[in-house]
Amino acid sequence: MVTFFKVLKKKNTIFFLFILVLLTSCKEEKIDFNAQVRPILNKNCISCHGGVKQSGGFGMIFRENALGKTRNGKIGVFPGHPEKSEMIARINHKDPEIRMPLEREPLKKEEIAILTRWIKQGAKWDEHWSYLKPKEPALVASNSDWSLNEIDNFVVNKMEEKGVFPSEEAEKYDLIRRVYLDVIGVPPPLSKVKAFVNDSSENAYEKLVDELLESPEYGEHWASMWLDLARYADSKGYEADRAREIWQYRDWVIKAFNKDMPFDQFTIEQLAGDLLPNPTKEQYIATAFHRNTLNNGEGGTDNEEYRIAAVIDRVNTTWEVWQSTTMSCVQCHSHPYDPIRHKEYYTSFAFFNNTSDWDVPTEHPLYREFDTLNQSKLEEVKKWISSYSSSNETDKWEKLIRIQEPKIRPEDFAETHNTTHFNRSNQDYMLVYDNSFVKIENVNLETVDRIYLNYRQGSGVKGTLLVKKDSLNGIVIGKVDLNKTRGFVNIPVEITSSSKKAAVFFEFIGKSKNFNCTIDGFLIGERLPTTKNEEYRSVYKKIDNLLNAPSKYNTPIMVEKSENWSRQTHVFERGNWLVKGDSVSTGIPELLNPEKKEFKNRLDMAKWLVGKENSLTGRVIVNRFWAKIFGKGIVVTSEDFGTLGDLPSHPELLDWLALRFSNDWKWSVKKLLKTIVMSATYKQTSIISKEAKEMDPENQWLTRSPRVRLSAEQIRDQALAVSGLLSDKMYGPSVMPHQPEGVWVAVYNNSVWKTSEGEDAYRRGLYTYLRRSSPYPSLISFDAAEREFCLSRRINTNTPLQALVTLNDPVYMEAARNLAMQIEKIEGNTNKKIETAYMRVMGKEITTEKASVLAKLFSDTSLYYEKHMEEAYELAKTDRLELASLTVMVNVLMNMDEFIVKN
Amino acid sequence: MDLYNEAQRRKLEYTTRRHFLKKCSTGLGGIALSSLLAPQNLFGSTSGSQMNFDPEILPHFVPKAKRVIYLHMAGAPSQLELFDYKPKLKELHDLDCPKSLLEGKRFAFIQGTPKMLGPQYNFNQYGQSGTFVSDALPHFSKIVDDVTVIKSMHTSEFNHAPAQLMLQTGSARPGRPSMGAWVTYGLGSENDNLPGYMVLVSGGKNPSAGKNAWGSGFLPSEYQGVQCRNSGDPILYVSNPDGMSRDIRKESLDAISAINKSQYKEFNDDETMSRISQYEMAFKMQVSVPDVMDVSKEPEYIREMYGAKEGETSFANNCLLARRLVEQGVRFVQLYHWGWDMHGDSKASSLNEGLKTKCEEVDQSMTALVQDLKQRGLLDDTLIVWGGEFGRTPMRENRGGRIMPYYGRDHHTEAYSIWMAGGGVKGGLSYGETDEIGYYGIKDRVHVHDLQATILNQLGLNHEKFTYNFQGRDFRLTDVHGHVIKDILT
Repeated sequence: MVTFFKVLKKKNTIFFLFILVLLTSCKEEKIDFNAQVRPILNKNCISCHGGVKQSGGFGMIFRENALGKTRNGKIGVFPGHPEKSEMIARINHKDPEIRMPLEREPLKKEEIAILTRWIKQGAKWDEHWSYLKPKEPALVASNSDWSLNEIDNFVVNKMEEKGVFPSEEAEKYDLIRRVYLDVIGVPPPLSKVKAFVNDSSENAYEKLVDELLESPEYGEHWASMWLDLARYADSKGYEADRAREIWQYRDWVIKAFNKDMPFDQFTIEQLAGDLLPNPTKEQYIATAFHRNTLNNGEGGTDNEEYRIAAVIDRVNTTWEVWQSTTMSCVQCHSHPYDPIRHKEYYTSFAFFNNTSDWDVPTEHPLYREFDTLNQSKLEEVKKWISSYSSSNETDKWEKLIRIQEPKIRPEDFAETHNTTHFNRSNQDYMLVYDNSFVKIENVNLETVDRIYLNYRQGSGVKGTLLVKKDSLNGIVIGKVDLNKTRGFVNIPVEITSSSKKAAVFFEFIGKSKNFNCTIDGFLIGERLPTTKNEEYRSVYKKIDNLLNAPSKYNTPIMVEKSENWSRQTHVFERGNWLVKGDSVSTGIPELLNPEKKEFKNRLDMAKWLVGKENSLTGRVIVNRFWAKIFGKGIVVTSEDFGTLGDLPSHPELLDWLALRFSNDWKWSVKKLLKTIVMSATYKQTSIISKEAKEMDPENQWLTRSPRVRLSAEQIRDQALAVSGLLSDKMYGPSVMPHQPEGVWVAVYNNSVWKTSEGEDAYRRGLYTYLRRSSPYPSLISFDAAEREFCLSRRINTNTPLQALVTLNDPVYMEAARNLAMQIEKIEGNTNKKIETAYMRVMGKEITTEKASVLAKLFSDTSLYYEKHMEEAYELAKTDRLELASLTVMVNVLMNMDEFIVKN
Repeated sequence: MDLYNEAQRRKLEYTTRRHFLKKCSTGLGGIALSSLLAPQNLFGSTSGSQMNFDPEILPHFVPKAKRVIYLHMAGAPSQLELFDYKPKLKELHDLDCPKSLLEGKRFAFIQGTPKMLGPQYNFNQYGQSGTFVSDALPHFSKIVDDVTVIKSMHTSEFNHAPAQLMLQTGSARPGRPSMGAWVTYGLGSENDNLPGYMVLVSGGKNPSAGKNAWGSGFLPSEYQGVQCRNSGDPILYVSNPDGMSRDIRKESLDAISAINKSQYKEFNDDETMSRISQYEMAFKMQVSVPDVMDVSKEPEYIREMYGAKEGETSFANNCLLARRLVEQGVRFVQLYHWGWDMHGDSKASSLNEGLKTKCEEVDQSMTALVQDLKQRGLLDDTLIVWGGEFGRTPMRENRGGRIMPYYGRDHHTEAYSIWMAGGGVKGGLSYGETDEIGYYGIKDRVHVHDLQATILNQLGLNHEKFTYNFQGRDFRLTDVHGHVIKDILT
């Protein structure tokens, strides 16, 4: 260690000399736009001369704007000619009323010199660092024996540059607790601590890390982080905030992490699983990522307004999660700070604007799963079809049966007559009467032999649906009677025509004038592979049954609308959806797609995100995992890699990790995490030395392991784990652990918080039912996300309300009591019990100072409870006085600072 | 303190504050910002002189109001039955609504051609100011000279949850910080033993927007409104567990503190010290909360003045509690009273019956609140705001195109009325005008963003400079809108 410090100091002197040389020789140097010019512009110019506000007709986000004529006819920036550039004239002006920046201190001489030279050298704009592809950094070997892997070389080099030093390795018991909490989210069982502390083999730590990466709890822990980004919740939001059944998506995320699904596949399946060839159930469920958007069930709400709100959220979330780009800024106008144009928001919007979901309570389209009986019926249908045809064909039928798509809905009708369509909340159906008709265009009848009408008829007045071709007077190609139904049903209409692309008219005729029914669209099924064998009739019958069969589970998913009925996307003027501007099609902003390649749908977009051309995804994702472990990212603003975001503290390290992740490690998250936790940087102690506190107070240079407060889920899971209550049950519908009475009160929603029974009351925090308008209070106190928006990083607070939770919440009291009961059974004196209790909670030996504090507490409380036996009974639920005192003590242990943070 | 030191201190405060506002990562983020800035000094007599406030330091200028009580009538009361007197509408009663009022408009329930609906209550003028008030609010008519009635309010949202969010958070979508969260984030609390932002709910249900209406959105969670509960713990988890007496709790907190101090010696992390002080505050809160929430501590004549009764969950009790809370230095007290949504589909939701009941529930106590604060000298620096999230249509609701069983009105965004009192707002003023049927504001229109800007202004906050960076963007309560309504200010 001593030699290392010497080397470091020597290196420092060299570095200083180097800077000196650099300073004296910089007159001839070429100006670096990003390093020298951009900071001046950002600080002094951009807020008035940016992408939105362009005072005097002069903006500096797009080069062509800056080079153009300003409002007074002068040229703002004249490349090669500072003397002809109005910008230079104005920053040099003597009159403070004219001098830029207005009403502020004039620029420094050096700054003016830089800008002048930059214009003289041609006024070249360089892209912001994150929009340029990561560069393979030169791997600098470190002279110190401190480094364990490449991460450490980058880190220690930065430390040398800054004149700071790494800390020693953490004690083994602190390290194992830390790595458990970081990799799987829960603390280590005592047996593991002992085994690790006593294992002196070279690779003891690596064995431990490998074991953790393979444990099922790993996926649960990392799912928590991803679900914040995915804004996953168990309710729909807004007024009634009714339940949403989407937990299978949560389980998909856990499984994906556990099997280390490559991150590129993880991306593609969530954003566009439905567009992959013959998607599997899992690939459909993955698309629920974007069905976590809010759904407004309040009476009288405009369904198109809230469908658009959901699409906007999908656009913003996608750009934030994968690109850390503040696309939401561009919804109303061009980006104020980054070169992205207003119109480009809507080319992104177009990717997401063509799914068939809309803002209604049913949440259609759903991935429907049947009970065993109907499932076997479905298998029979599939078997029959596959015996005459391909698996392709079978998948198509399965999709129709399960998902009931493609569905042609009222918004797709080309023409209607004598109908009512009130697009409000749950009334979003079309009412048809006697002598109504609706017309659908572009139906390819060649491949169709039945169309299903989805309708409801409550009055009992009978009617008939006639299907006609080409015109209302055209030939009748199908006919069906419409009787009273119980709720919505799909009724088949056999079609007797095989024209290519026809207009189809659906005419409703009532037995009397009072006839009416509610229709929600048409399913256009394809023709079965053969009708030669009479069996096909019974197959159709099964299909008809299945289309109306109840389903056991329903998960909302994304399904693309068919080509013939796709939506046209328009620019919304100033972001107002009621004011539609030019129509646009799908595309990636030019800033990130300089070659202007075509991207047609969500699948193209998803592939682009994880493709070789993308400069951001690798860095953004690596940074997210880094931030979760180190408490903050290499780029602190993990949500914004744009001009206004923070610069990376260790740019080479970020690029190195990003390139390994996306290339060498083939997007393996486990490899990434292993590399991070195997580093010496990670293994440092979290003890803050006096020097470090002075030289690196924010731990920007990673001179120690950060002491980060545990997440809301971890705090709960840990209390349950150390007290032996935590259930290891995985997956399934969300659970309702104990919650105080009266927390759940929502308007027009009678659902109640029904406390889960058995082990379900003690599941990991991520399985706790999350109702958006009334999230689980103790989790929220510890800064858990409310999941309305995509959340890149939680803000860790430290408040008295948190203290009240861990002190008084019955969940924590029960945990304390449960552990106290185990301590009670231990043979030995009070000291032994105190030592054991502390060991159970912290996984290490107690210091004498702390032990004496607890000993005093124990004896004081024991005396007290001897005098107040009824209180002891209330606390311990038994008349064993010792248990009451032990419960108080364990409650104290579970409120220690060291228990709530990772050391 | 000499000028140099004063400047140094300010500079220090400035950098500390910028650190929090911009980075808000870990670190000391948990400590209420206010405690670093000692806001009480800024309100106190020492800073009464015109100092040059640094625009980055909060408050931005000397405030008129120290605290706010917001009385939100969830469901949206009808302005045409309470404050905005329209004799012309009486004449047009039962006539078809002209097409021009319907074209291009979006309504929640009105379909086809509705009828016009005359005011269902009589109006009179009251006070020196001659302010119009209907018979539905006999108590309120006595305090009109202390109040500004704004008749030209308008909003952008015509459904309850989005409109309530628009009013409380400045945006119709959930996830933004509420007004009270912004205010406590900026100014902190005057009393560390109580949360700075407290919420009281009556009327049988939570408002449509649920807890999002008092959430902290992307601000740190400590700034979310703390709901006072009517049964069980007055604040969640404030009571000790059964069998844990205050003595034992104190003893165990001392132990936690001692262990944490020992931990601090070992690890040298300042956050540990911060945690020690949070636990001390928690203990103080355990003592003060049950005390301040106990209306039986009030003399009988005061309880009678409000119509408050021990053990009840009522708007009257909540008004009295609001006064007790602001007296103790709580910065922002938010009341919700649910049930004003008079569509006319039942007796309870009719203008003639349901509205009357609702008015009876609030009239006496809201009046008492103004009078009581006034007699205690607290009205001058306490801002009271009363109103709903939008207004009601001059047309009678005809849900599904059919005649409704009772008189009711649909949601209306173009015009509605609210009132404000105290905290530097003029008394006896009627501000803004609507057209002769009360459909549009035609003079001095006030958008909810303007109202928000004005409330912040009274607290010494410039709504355009008071921002928070989230998802890479600077957010404001007023989004990109809002103008302070200067004409209603003293």
